[in-house]
Amino acid sequence: MPDEVILDVRDLHKSFGALKASDGISLDLRAGEIHALIGPNGAGKSTLIKQIAGGLKPDRGAVHFMGRDVSALSVAQRAQAGLGRTFQISALAMEYTVMENAVLGAIGQSGRTFGFFRPAMKDRALLDIAGAALERVGLADHASTVTSELSHGQRRQLEVAVALTLAPRAFLMDEPMAGMGAEGSRELTGFLRELKHQAPILLVEHDMDAVFALADRISVLVYGKIIATGSVDEIRSNADVKTAYLGEEDAA
Amino acid sequence: MLPERMINLLILGLLLAVPLVALAMDEPFIITLATKAAVLAVAGVGLNLALGQGGLVSFGHAAYFGVGGYAMGILASHAQSYTPIMEVPFLIEGTKSMLVIWLVAIVASALVALLVGALSLRTSGVYFIMVTLAFGQMLYYFAISWPAYGGEDGLSIYVRNGFPGLNTLDPIQFFGLCFAVLLIVLFVVNLLNKSPFGLALNGAHQNEERARTVGINVYRLRLTAFVISGAITGLAGALFADLNRFVSPTMFSWHTSGEIMVFIILGGVARLCGPVAGAAVYILLEHVLGGLSEYWHIYLGAILLFVVLFAKGGLVGGLSRREVRHAG
Amino acid sequence: MSIILLIEQILNGLQFGVMLFLMAAGLTLIFGVMGLINLAHGSLYMIGAFAAAAGAAATGSFVLGLIAALMAAALFGALIELTVIRRLYARDHLDQVLATFALILIFSEATRWVFGSFPLFLDTPDFLSGTVTLPGGILYSKYRLAIILIGLAVAVGLFLLISKTRVGMRIRAGENDREMIGALGVDISVLYTMVFALGAALAGLSGALVGAIQSVEVGMGEPVLILAFVVIVIGGIGSIKGALAGAILVGLTDTLGRTLLPVLFASFMEPSAATSVGSALASMLIYILMAGVLLFKPTGLFGSA
Repeated sequence: MPDEVILDVRDLHKSFGALKASDGISLDLRAGEIHALIGPNGAGKSTLIKQIAGGLKPDRGAVHFMGRDVSALSVAQRAQAGLGRTFQISALAMEYTVMENAVLGAIGQSGRTFGFFRPAMKDRALLDIAGAALERVGLADHASTVTSELSHGQRRQLEVAVALTLAPRAFLMDEPMAGMGAEGSRELTGFLRELKHQAPILLVEHDMDAVFALADRISVLVYGKIIATGSVDEIRSNADVKTAYLGEEDAA
Repeated sequence: MLPERMINLLILGLLLAVPLVALAMDEPFIITLATKAAVLAVAGVGLNLALGQGGLVSFGHAAYFGVGGYAMGILASHAQSYTPIMEVPFLIEGTKSMLVIWLVAIVASALVALLVGALSLRTSGVYFIMVTLAFGQMLYYFAISWPAYGGEDGLSIYVRNGFPGLNTLDPIQFFGLCFAVLLIVLFVVNLLNKSPFGLALNGAHQNEERARTVGINVYRLRLTAFVISGAITGLAGALFADLNRFVSPTMFSWHTSGEIMVFIILGGVARLCGPVAGAAVYILLEHVLGGLSEYWHIYLGAILLFVVLFAKGGLVGGLSRREVRHAG
Repeated sequence: MSIILLIEQILNGLQFGVMLFLMAAGLTLIFGVMGLINLAHGSLYMIGAFAAAAGAAATGSFVLGLIAALMAAALFGALIELTVIRRLYARDHLDQVLATFALILIFSEATRWVFGSFPLFLDTPDFLSGTVTLPGGILYSKYRLAIILIGLAVAVGLFLLISKTRVGMRIRAGENDREMIGALGVDISVLYTMVFALGAALAGLSGALVGAIQSVEVGMGEPVLILAFVVIVIGGIGSIKGALAGAILVGLTDTLGRTLLPVLFASFMEPSAATSVGSALASMLIYILMAGVLLFKPTGLFGSA
């Protein structure tokens, strides 16, 4: 079912004092698509992503994932349910090797955090999951490299690999292109285009070229409200979006 | 630069050789010093699981050390006075059996660690340090003001508790027993460090957000580590009480918590045998510097300050080629 | 228990509370501005007490002793900031804890070396000895009342310093954003030394004032330090307001608990058991209070999330 709704965000509200960071946000993510979330700085994108991932409790509203209300679940529980996430600033265990980071993901997914006595790095099942994920993103050759020695682009790849170990049903990606060179961006674009068939991607991205090249749908967030959702062409031609957002970019 | 495994063997070999040489030279006091080092090393290895692997800077591990010590003191004092601990609703007698005492010490200190950890782990960073320190102090004051078991004066046990097949009053036999306990604890902690649990624990130390987003319940993970850590330190407390045949509220004092941390920093944070080396060096300093000056803590303070400011990684870190992350 | 005795205990609780506030305010300020946990704060308290006792003994004047305490604590504070503490700002909390623990060892032993192991005594000055009659005919120690007033005056002074002066503005800037303070054109290292010396002086003042009620001895600082930590956990870190509220709460809870709990238990237990259970529980009361705060507001009453 191509139009199956995987992730459904319903009427989220979140205020910090007088600031309405989320002002009644609703959006959905359907099987097989990349849904890009764009908006000027301070529009509330990060706040929204945190609420979807479970790190921040909304004042009001609900998040449904795979047809189930996950609003009360923690970050860890939502990850267990299959919500894979990558961060704007790489969140990795920097002292661990690339393989150890991937195994960490496999441990979380398998629910084997409380396995006490068998060495993790000799566990076939964990290594297989981790190895396959590294293979997918092209980091298999760097399995024994210490993560802090990876290049910026490789760290982004590892982020995706760790998310892959969760066998996710949806991805939340926060600016995966940030700080990557043109070459890296192009490679990642190709990769994401393929990845979306495995699990749909909610993508926060500043790189407009990448968004227009990748997204099946785009939502525009301004001052905590979604002012438009639609295809690339629809968003490009939307007058509100132009004045509120794209116009500023062109002028700049 | 040596591989860490070799350094570990060297440290343990030295700790074993010293009392054997002392036995040959008929120096029972040195054997007792080595026994003290082995027992304190167990406490340090326990704390290192939480502090080194987990990054949980507990400044209250004296609590578990003291609970273990009083488990021994209470059980043995009832046994030596032939009075039951309680009669209603069911009869509990004291005991002079080390195995039973160890079991009680482990369970009791694990329970206290569960309570303290469940509350303290709601906080993090500098709060966690202050809260664990405060709960340790709470038990210290409780031990002082509770009159039933000696209060401020503590409790003396006249005869060391028994272990099947051993004469525990013979210094070298008691050393052997404590050394064996240390080896078993090191073996278990090494397994834990390499297990999925240990990988997750250290992973959450390096990046908490990452651990959460792969589906790890970080709170439960840390609480489990904290409880195991407390239980090991509690076992050390029971051994320490048996070594001295005496328990007092000093075992609970914040100073004891600080000392256990000092073993770790002297030896090397997050190194398996770091606390062993640290405890041995500490006992050596206490003996050598303490012989030179009544005010040896000034020198200890200066050495500690130097290690923290200029020689992070401690003894094992200085000798080893493998780098590990520093706790924070 | 009579009402008069109860009011007297409440005043004692207040007096204890403002003493804790002087300690906690310095700690929380230093943490808020520099991000440093300083265990040696208790040593500065001890230094203040010893300086006051030695100063008063040498000059025969309590006030000169008090000035000596302030100066000695501020001086030692500035000294350790310049030599040790400033190397720790960029370090993790474990390093800060261990290095300042090392400072405790050094200060305690050095003090024992200089002054010996016997406690010193600091007499209350003549003009503050005896009692004063409060409204309602309650007799209360002049000296303890003076401590309460000094503590409250310091609290007001700190609020004014932080909210109204240029230095206070810099302190607030430092708390919110370490980089911004550089942009203000302030020499950070001078500011840090000043804040640390200020915190040290407050600890020294506290130690000197308490020194006239209790004995002046090595190791007197650490129990107070740990209580000040409890105050900060309850009040919320980095907040002067939280430190004041937490200190008064801890002071009252501890003092009243020690008086009232044994009485309370005596109403349904035999007297000797009531005394021991009551006093054992009273010694744990403030930690139970702290546990309660952790359960419901882990960041403290005035802490931000």
